[in-house]
Amino acid sequence: MRIVTLLLAAVVLGTLTTLALAIDITVLPTEELQQRYEGLTHEFRCMQCQNNSIADSPVDLAAELRRDVKEQLLAGKTDDEIRASMVNRYGNVILFRPPLSGSTAWVWIAPIVVLLGGVVVAFVVVRRRSALVAGDDTPVDADEPR
Amino acid sequence: MNRFLLPIAAFALLGTVLYIGVVRSPNKSTMASALLGKPAPAFDLPVLGEPGRKIKLADLTGRPWVLNVWGTWCIACREEHATLLDIGREGRLPLIGLNWRDDDEAAQQWLTQLGNPYAVVLVDREGRTAIDFGVYGAPETFFIDASGRVQYRYVGPMTTDVWKREFLSRVRGPALP
Repeated sequence: MRIVTLLLAAVVLGTLTTLALAIDITVLPTEELQQRYEGLTHEFRCMQCQNNSIADSPVDLAAELRRDVKEQLLAGKTDDEIRASMVNRYGNVILFRPPLSGSTAWVWIAPIVVLLGGVVVAFVVVRRRSALVAGDDTPVDADEPR
Repeated sequence: MNRFLLPIAAFALLGTVLYIGVVRSPNKSTMASALLGKPAPAFDLPVLGEPGRKIKLADLTGRPWVLNVWGTWCIACREEHATLLDIGREGRLPLIGLNWRDDDEAAQQWLTQLGNPYAVVLVDREGRTAIDFGVYGAPETFFIDASGRVQYRYVGPMTTDVWKREFLSRVRGPALP
């Protein structure tokens, strides 16, 4: 019985916490605008708490930027126009997914290069191992005089 | 020994990259403004303590000026205030205040108590102009040249050193009266 009570308390507490985390209660007139609003506010970084989106941040500046997104949506701006207006004022750093351009190219290319490097290393290791004779316990490197 | 060379080199490279990342991380004082070299955003704002009077960007263009974003809720603004008073007294560049997301009465009280370094203080109650300037924390100080372009932005409490190095050095042409 005690366990059931504890579990129940945990569930209730969990629900309350989730509710408390809902920072943004903005409602836009149409479902389409609402969805675009939610999408966009999750794309922009809160400049004061850099690992939160403006949708998740409780600070005033994030609220003001959400208001700005909302007003631009209501004024009929496209998503790209709204993104551009944010970048013009705050720079690419406000985007969680910076565009592929000169100064940000390495952000996108580096992971691919590292991944390819890993594939090459794995390939070489597997090739060497598969060249081993079954039952031969001698270390690989010892096989090859340097 | 040879077989360790590559991993050690890779580790050293990774360490260097991370070190540079940590040392040069975009902390509050190093993030460059996205507006550098671009025209300052347009505004038309009420003047603190002068009901009915408004100032817009065009009114200030024609000579270089400095925009200082502040609020009475901002602790670092109090810290820089003495330096701003010196700058105001020096009078080389017009210092325009942007009272950000603040209360008129509190702002006026602040200026009465601590002294007023500003030629004029613009009131940005809802923080719209601050957003247009890409402000993300107070205090921030912008240098705007005679053609109305943003040439420099400093984040954090102003110091005499920064003022001389980054602001006065940008004043071109004949010295201001």
